[in-house]
Amino acid sequence: MDDLAKALATDLDAAFPAVVEEMSRQLFWGLRRICGDHQEAEDLTQETFIRAYRALGSYDRDRILSMKLQPWLWTIAMNLGRNHLRDRSRRPIYVEMTEVGSSDPEPVDGTAWDRRLGTLNRHQRTAVVLRHVVGMGIAEIAEATGRPEGTVKADVHRALARLREAIEEEQ
Amino acid sequence: MSIESQLEALMAQAPAGLTEGVALGTGLAEGYEFYDSAIGPVVVTFNPDGISSLDIVHGFQERYAERFGKVLLPAEAPSAWRRHIPEAIERGTPGKLPVDLRSVTRFQQEVLRTTATIPKGEVRPYGWVANEVQRPRAVRAVGSAVARNPIPLIIPCHRVVRTDGHIGNYSLGGPHYKIELLEHEGAKPDVLEDLASRHVRVRANASTGIYCHPTCGGIRRSKPSNVVDFHSISDAQEAGFRACKDCRPG
Repeated sequence: MDDLAKALATDLDAAFPAVVEEMSRQLFWGLRRICGDHQEAEDLTQETFIRAYRALGSYDRDRILSMKLQPWLWTIAMNLGRNHLRDRSRRPIYVEMTEVGSSDPEPVDGTAWDRRLGTLNRHQRTAVVLRHVVGMGIAEIAEATGRPEGTVKADVHRALARLREAIEEEQ
Repeated sequence: MSIESQLEALMAQAPAGLTEGVALGTGLAEGYEFYDSAIGPVVVTFNPDGISSLDIVHGFQERYAERFGKVLLPAEAPSAWRRHIPEAIERGTPGKLPVDLRSVTRFQQEVLRTTATIPKGEVRPYGWVANEVQRPRAVRAVGSAVARNPIPLIIPCHRVVRTDGHIGNYSLGGPHYKIELLEHEGAKPDVLEDLASRHVRVRANASTGIYCHPTCGGIRRSKPSNVVDFHSISDAQEAGFRACKDCRPG
């Protein structure tokens, strides 16, 4: 990640595709599990990268070198997601791809997990997805969501307890 | 299996097309799409800031790579622009369509925006464009700017002719396309060439006392018996005529 930041600070246009390559899987699937909708997650992921690129273009070298890319990208994604919830009327995507990817793969049990995650409140769902699906640390999640570490920890804990109950209820 | 490890397994591959969508949305790549025109199929490229180039289809990828050097992806232009593209191509002016002219200098952008104001069916010499951009002595630089036009047809550089009135060269596929386009727009290229060979620069209307560029709508609607031809603007002025306010012959 530090190497990426260094590359970005040196030549943004040349290095940015590597950021997309490195981060798109976790951003998309994290957002997919948080919002529950494939298309919305795809739009949010794309828009997150576009905003990130524009922001990086306005940052000086030192600022880029000192930043932690993962929580920073997730902060952008979380802010976008909040606005999305507030304003459901979606703006058109700037440039639309002609060829949409064929059926995208969905992990086993994805639908069952969407249902279980759907029983959590928004903060719990976000916290548990970022912690256990994406694999972020508590400090990074606190940074990305703007919530205190103790609260994040409690959200993850409660979410896991609630998911256990949901699974028991299914049996 | 623990809940934690089941959650870890909830990721798969990122969806196909995401990388391309980001490349297009950031402008690191440009999209392209095909359209019809009076001279056959053309390709239009675009990025989030607007239409960036237009070219004839044969060999466009090589020419694009050499001049612009960005990644080019087949894509759909934003829906708000799409319906304006055929119209802009046919009318020969951007209208509501945003154009991205960052591939040329500021002076060249100014020349091209002025070129885009020449009405369909009319032509203007390079010297007129130079006057309009307040650089009357920069006729050669205007010529280079017109030749560098990245968006021909939509920025109608085919409506700029040589100072002696001859139709002159054209960067999009050669001069025969320029003649074809002017014909299509009703600018009568054979009449233009005839006037040029007779050294006619401006035509005046004896009853209104106004002189115009030969293709100005005002003079073309005049009764032929009232039309007086002049070899220069100063000749027309000495004969007591004043310049048309629409075509501003100088």
